[in-house]
This record gives sequence, structure tokens and C-alpha cells, in this order.
Amino acid sequence: MARGAIEIRRAWLGWTAAGFVAAVVLVPLGAVIWQADLSGQALTADWAAVRFTLLQATVSAFTSVALAIPVARALARRRFPGRGLLITLLGAPFILPVIVAVLGLLAVFGRNGLLNGALGWIGVAPVSIYGLQGVVLAHVFLNLPLATRVILQGWQGIPAERFRLAASLGMRPRQVFRVLEWPMLRAVLPGAVMVIFALCLSSFAVALILGGGPRATTIELAIYQAFRFDFDLSRAAALALVQLVLAGGAAALALWLAVPPGFGAGLDRVVRRWEAERAGLRLFDGLAVGLAAVFLLVPLAIVFFNGVSGLARVPGSVWEAAGVSVVIALVSTSVTLILALGLARRGEIWGYLGLAVSPMVVGTGLFLLINPWASPIALALPVTALVNALMALPFAVRVLAPELARVEDDFGRLADALGLHGWARLRLLLLPRLRRPLSFAAGLTAALSMGDLGVVALFASPDWATLPLQMYRLMGAYRMEAAAGAALILLGLSLMLFWVFDRGGRVDVDA
Amino acid sequence: MRHLLVAAGLMTAMAAATVAAADTPVLTVYTYDSFVSDWGPGPAVEKVFEQDCGCDLKFVAAGDGAALLARLKLEGARTEADVVLGLDTSLTATAAETGLFASHGRSPVVDVPNPVGEPGAWGDPLFLPYDWGYFAFVHDRVKLPNPPKSFEELVESDVSIVIQDPRSSTPGLGLMLWVKALYGDKADTIWEGLSDNIVTVTPGWSEAYGLFLEGEADMVLSYTTSPAYHLIAEEDDSKAAAVFPQHYMQIEVAGKLAASDQPELADQFLGFMLSEAFQSLIPTTNWMYPAITPAAGLPDGFTAPVAPDQAVLLPPEDVAELRDEALAEWRAALSK
Repeated sequence: MARGAIEIRRAWLGWTAAGFVAAVVLVPLGAVIWQADLSGQALTADWAAVRFTLLQATVSAFTSVALAIPVARALARRRFPGRGLLITLLGAPFILPVIVAVLGLLAVFGRNGLLNGALGWIGVAPVSIYGLQGVVLAHVFLNLPLATRVILQGWQGIPAERFRLAASLGMRPRQVFRVLEWPMLRAVLPGAVMVIFALCLSSFAVALILGGGPRATTIELAIYQAFRFDFDLSRAAALALVQLVLAGGAAALALWLAVPPGFGAGLDRVVRRWEAERAGLRLFDGLAVGLAAVFLLVPLAIVFFNGVSGLARVPGSVWEAAGVSVVIALVSTSVTLILALGLARRGEIWGYLGLAVSPMVVGTGLFLLINPWASPIALALPVTALVNALMALPFAVRVLAPELARVEDDFGRLADALGLHGWARLRLLLLPRLRRPLSFAAGLTAALSMGDLGVVALFASPDWATLPLQMYRLMGAYRMEAAAGAALILLGLSLMLFWVFDRGGRVDVDA
Repeated sequence: MRHLLVAAGLMTAMAAATVAAADTPVLTVYTYDSFVSDWGPGPAVEKVFEQDCGCDLKFVAAGDGAALLARLKLEGARTEADVVLGLDTSLTATAAETGLFASHGRSPVVDVPNPVGEPGAWGDPLFLPYDWGYFAFVHDRVKLPNPPKSFEELVESDVSIVIQDPRSSTPGLGLMLWVKALYGDKADTIWEGLSDNIVTVTPGWSEAYGLFLEGEADMVLSYTTSPAYHLIAEEDDSKAAAVFPQHYMQIEVAGKLAASDQPELADQFLGFMLSEAFQSLIPTTNWMYPAITPAAGLPDGFTAPVAPDQAVLLPPEDVAELRDEALAEWRAALSK
């Protein structure tokens, strides 16, 4: 009896969190379904957006993964100075604001960028970064590191003994690939492709800047346009429904393929590979890592250098926007942490609801719900913080759940026996032991929220903005120097928020 | 140095704004991005108007012209806007249907060539014109010495262009109506032909013109008067407008919101808009023909390359009827 009462009390936070997430996701979804204009006419006009969304996500996912394979293999079997740093940096694009990445890519691949400058020298016609190729380029830039880390984990999962055995059997690289590496890749690749496909399905900021035009519009962008260009709510809702089916389906499939979280531990181990000790393969691996590093680092280096010179040209509005963004990031971080703590034990699945709905879908639903009663514009700040919190929740739950399970397994019975439950259990048992994953989750959430350009574009009024939105406005008004300065501030704040939280969790933690 | 001055100016303006914010009434004017940029009419207009309105004139950049209207529909009667400046006659019929605008009660005589009605008289009860121009593709004379001279030639050529989205931008809408007015049922073939010339479609004029200046395309949809900006402000005569057999016209208008909490100030602003002080700023800040020619006449570069009989303009009511059909054609042709 007594145990039952404790269970109920312990479940309280979980149920509240699950109920809250369900309410803020499902109620807006209900509004979307209610309002959706599903007449054939509305959807025919947007068929191109559906086609483009699927096409770009497919091409982006396969390209990212295909390019990641040689890079991951090289990292798995070579030891070189800076290897550890490079692997750490591969985790960075996850918290890199998308709009900053796009600005860097424009500086390299734009008409006046480095690449076209070089092509001009050798007399080759310039290439355009706009349209499908640009959208795919940006998605590969953002997801190649993720794919590399996931695949690298696969490689590291192959026991070193197997490679030793293969070497003693005198296997050639091709045979090692067939016997050891291919089975691993076959297990890992579908999940990696699916996760990146799902992420690219809800791409907004990339398509907003590099897409454009009916030929290169994603569904997320089309929802935004239905609001901002036509103010056609029923079409926005219809599009949101389509997006829900596509992105929700893809997210479910990606979860089902059960991909390792990819934040990974133990990526610093190099397995000696006897069969790969040949000059040709060494050169190939060197090229793979070198090209990937150049591809990933040069745009960021340009953002940094242009940003430093642009800092002086940054208008006051940028600093105001930075303040707004920091506040939103802190609010969404608190919300995410509380929800993640509540859901990590039994309600993991509720946490993943955020993956199934895209920001524009929830945004559309919230707009429809708020509009009859109050000005959605006036509520832009809390709505943005809430949606950002929901979007970061899956990652936070993913980080917290295994750690919480471990703590409960180790100490749960003792705590139960001591009658430690509710707030006391949280304060005395869980929080101290979850400090590291909690801080990591907080860092991720804060950085993701800081850099997000999504639902805020739907709600913001013209006289205030978050920093990514303000940066986008500066780019649109052709104030590239100010935009470069804003990019540097945004990048700095995102990394700093991540660092402060993540560090905060490590300082004086014993073991 | 120039930027230091701009920064100093901004600081002064901010300081002044803080002082003025005490209890002076605020007149909020929604407009498009380029109007409020440092080199646009916004700063000068604000300074002159605030000299005797006893108010704080607040310009809010809310996207390009057509997006302005969507923004107003989105905000509805709750909008903070008192005046909207930057719609054009292609949007006025739809804008009137929203019921958000109030009558201006004026009947000005304007110097706007009117291909569809009496020149001089202005009959729209809700919207007043402040400037006008002809849409044209602008190119760099050095990089592209022989620009196409018609849509057919443009379709045949491999000249790259940047255009604006007709759903969010008045130039984009103007181009769509230009093609529709000239080619009617065959407009979609023109668009299909243009689709491989189009580098990208931007939401507004500013983005497109920025991309053109960055060198991302050979030509950009802008105005016959755009080269005058480079000529006068930058002493650069390399930009030119490609002359087509016919050019679509744009008449830019402003209107007062019915829900405005400053109706008198809004009226005062609309009156000021048609005054010599405002109109004389237009040519060299907005780079358009003023609605009422200033006493000093027009600067160089405004000698029209387009004769009145080359001008095309669909009446507002026809636009309201044609828009959806033309838009569907545009989207279908460009998404192939």
C-alpha cells in the first residue's frame, strides 16, 4: 500500500509534464486539422513544395551519409595531431545557428565567393548557390558532421580483436570491408540516413535564404508564405497537416531504426588497422579528412573574420535582439529541463512528440488558437520560447533518460527504503547525480533556442526580433557588414551559452 | 568616417526619441524596407514632418509592399499602424475589401500619367499616390552591353535575372501583371521560358537589388529610374535599364487605417505626403517619379526612356480579378 502511494507521488511530475507536452502539441494540432482547407485546389498549388521537400531531404541525407563514410573511416583508423579536436568540432554544427552557417556558405559558394573567384581564374562559368544545389549544400554542411559521428561510432563498435584476426588471416582491405565493415555500415547507415532525412524535411531557414521561388520551396517555407504573403490561414493549416504526416512519419521511422544518440563517448580510440597501412589508403584518408575539415571550417573562419570587421557597423537593434534571444533561450531552457526531468523516467515517448511536429506546424496551431482571443503578435515571445523548448525536448530527454535510469537502478531501492520521494528525492538524490547530463541538456537547449529562426518569423512584429531574425533582416536589407557582425555575436552567444551550462555541470563534480 | 557619422546620428536620434517618448503622440507608419533605409526617404521625411507635427513619426519596415498588406490582414483591427505607405494600385482593390482603411477625403490633382483614366484627377477615395515609375530590368552596361529588348529576347537569351515574389513584393506583382497584360493566355509560356533565366525569387525588392549588386545575376527587376541612383548618388554611369516595347507602370500609394488612434495626425501626414517638402525628396531618395512634380523639376536621369503610349497598367478592379489566375500560372510555370 505504502509503496503504491509513493509510486503515485513520484509519477506526479511525469504525468504533469506528459500532460503539458500533449496539450501544447495536440491542441494546436487539433486547431490545424479543424481549420485545414483540404479541397483539391489548395493542395495542387502546393504539390511542388511537397515534391521539393522530399527531393531535397532525400538528396541531402544520402549525400551527407555518402560523404561521411570515408571521413568516419579515416578518423576511425588514423591517428594524427588535432584528431581529438576535430572530433569535438564535429559536434559543433549541431548547435551552430543555421543562418550563420548559411552566411558562411554564401561567402564561399556565392557568386562573389571564394569558389567562383577561383573558377573565374581558370575560366570556368560561375555556379549558383540558389535553388536545390544550395539547399542541399547547406544541409550537407550542417549534417555531414552528425553523419560522421554516427558512423564513426559504428566503426568504433567493431571490436579491435576482429581487425587483428583479419590481419593475421592476411585479409586485404577489400575483404576486411566485406567481412567487418559492410555489415556494420548496413546496420548503421539506414538510421543515419533517416535521421538526416527527417531533420531536412522541416528545413526552414536554409530554404528561406537559399531556396526561394516556387521551384525551391519547402513545406515549412510554404506555411510561412501562406501566413506572410497571403495570410491564408486555411491553406497554412492544410500545409501544416501535410507536413505533420511527412515529418511525423519520418521521425517515427528514424526512432524505430533506433540510432545511437550520436553525442557519443569513446570516440577518441583508434584501432590499429594492419591492412590499411598502405600509402594509397593513407593518402585517401588524409584527403577525406582534409577536404572535410576545409569544407566545414573555411565558411566558419570567414564568418569570424568578416564578423570582427563588421562588429563596428552593428546597429543598436542587433544588441536589443541579442537580449531578446538570450531571454528566450533561458526561458526555453528552464521549460525544457523541467519537462525532461518529468519525462525521462517513464514518459520518454512524450518527449519525442516534438520531433513529430515541426515548429511551423505548432506555430500555425498556436496562431489559430490565439488569434480569436488575443493578438498573436503580442504573445510572440512566450510562444517562441515554448516552441523552442518543445523542439529541444527530444534531445534533452535522450540525454537524460539513460542517466536517470542508471541512478534509479543504483539508488532507487535505497531511496525508497529511506522514504525519500518527491522533492526531497529530486534534491538529494537525482539532481546532484544528474548534474552533468542536465547541464549538457541545458547547454544544447540554450544554444538551439538561441540560434533558431523558425516560428519567430511567423509571430514577430516588425519592431522587435530575435537575433537570428534581425540578422536575416539585415541580410535582406543588403547590410552585409552589419549582418556579418550580427552573425559573429550570434555565434559567440550560442557557443557561450552552451559552454557556460555545460561547464557549470562539470565544475567540482566528483567523479 | 561616413559610418561614424551615421552612428553619431543614430545615437542622437535615439537620445531624442527617449526624450520625446515622454508624452508626444506617436504616428506609426508601416512601409517597405528600402523606404526606411539610411539612404531611403525615411530619415529625411521623419525629420521634416516632426518639425511641426508635435509628434513622433515612427516608420516600421514590415517587408515589401504586398507583404505589408498580408501583415495588416494578420494584425487586423489590432494593428498599431496608423498609416500604410507602400501599396500600389495592383493591391488597392484587395486592400479596400479588407475594410481596414478609412477614406482620406481629398481630391488632389497629381502629375501621374494614367493609362486607364483621366490624367491629373485622382479618384481613389481610400488611397493617395506619392510616387510612380516604370518597371524595367536593370543591368550593368559593362558586363552586359547588349541586354534583351523584349520578353521574347530575354526568354531566348541565357541572361540571368533576379525577380521578386508577386505574393510579397509589388515589383514582383508588377512583373507578373506586365507579362499577363502583354501575353494574356500565353503568359505561362513566357514564364516557362523565363524559368531557366531566373537565378532566384526574393521576397522583396531590397533582397533582389542587393543580389544584383553582389553580382549574383546579370539583370534585376527594378525601375527605369534605378540607374539614376547610381549616376547621382555614386557617380557611376555603368547601370542602365533595358528598354522593352512596353513597360508596366507602378503607382505607389498610402492609406489611413480605420482603426488608427491618431486619425488627425494620419490625415496631416497624408497631406504632408503630397506637399512640396515630401515630394521634392522622392526623386533622389526613393528614386521614383514624384506624384506632384516639384517646382525645381526633376534631376538628370529622370528623362523618361518610356513614352506614355508604351506604358501599361491594369486598372485595380481587373487586377483583383486576374491575380489568382496569373499567380497560379506563375507558380505552375516556375515550379517545373
